Amino acid sequence: MTMIAMRMRAFLQGDDVVVRALMFHDEDTGLVTSPYGDVIPAHYIQTVRCSHNDKLVMRCDWGIAISKNPYIEFSFKGGKRGDRVTVSWLDNLGETQSGSTTVR
Amino acid sequence: MNPHRRTIMQLSAHAGAAGLLASSGLLPARALASNAPGWNEALFKATRLEDIARLLGLSLRESQGVGVVGPNIAEIGAAVPVEVKASAAGVDMLGIAVPKNPVALVALFDLEPGALPKVATRIKMAQSSHVYALARVGKELLFSRTFIKVTVGGCG
Repeated sequence: MTMIAMRMRAFLQGDDVVVRALMFHDEDTGLVTSPYGDVIPAHYIQTVRCSHNDKLVMRCDWGIAISKNPYIEFSFKGGKRGDRVTVSWLDNLGETQSGSTTVR
Repeated sequence: MNPHRRTIMQLSAHAGAAGLLASSGLLPARALASNAPGWNEALFKATRLEDIARLLGLSLRESQGVGVVGPNIAEIGAAVPVEVKASAAGVDMLGIAVPKNPVALVALFDLEPGALPKVATRIKMAQSSHVYALARVGKELLFSRTFIKVTVGGCG
């Protein structure tokens, strides 16, 4: 699978930092059969770690029912402009990717 | 002769061999699923909400302290936008479940101190179903649900 860089945005809304992240991942469920009759093996993100300046804010456990090219939006307190926000995922085949941005 | 026939024959032969290899355990470990550390496989095999609560060691209770927002009708079940938020105090985990999907649990979000109990994402839905929002408070798993009608399923 070719890796496309994650798209991220983090901005202040009042006192809270809102983070939006779009990951590029096939999210194959393992339930789909290809036109050739063979099952497309499961390949999906299982855990996602979201951190604010290297401090963990949220940890996600995902199953097969997250859409292809997963999108998440979450928010946290205690951030300020210029802080670093990082999102990294790990899938069931051991592939991993991480992306980061600064709070605007 | 159909020029694609050769390709199709080759592909299906390849698929057959791969299947044989996988079942006999000859493929390298990477091709077989190796779960991420901390990822609870049993949870993501459950098909009922009660089983999810039992596996988490929590008691299930319907509550207005948690809510799920989504469209009334989703044209395609492959990407249904949903938002889960909790107003109850002391929520340290949120979740989404669709019991009519092949795997009931969609996602769990472990909130560290500072994270707000509000998460939005896009989920797959196999058919029209209730979508459950889950929130952990102490030893309880609060839930509420909303019905989303799916015109075309997105799981198979």
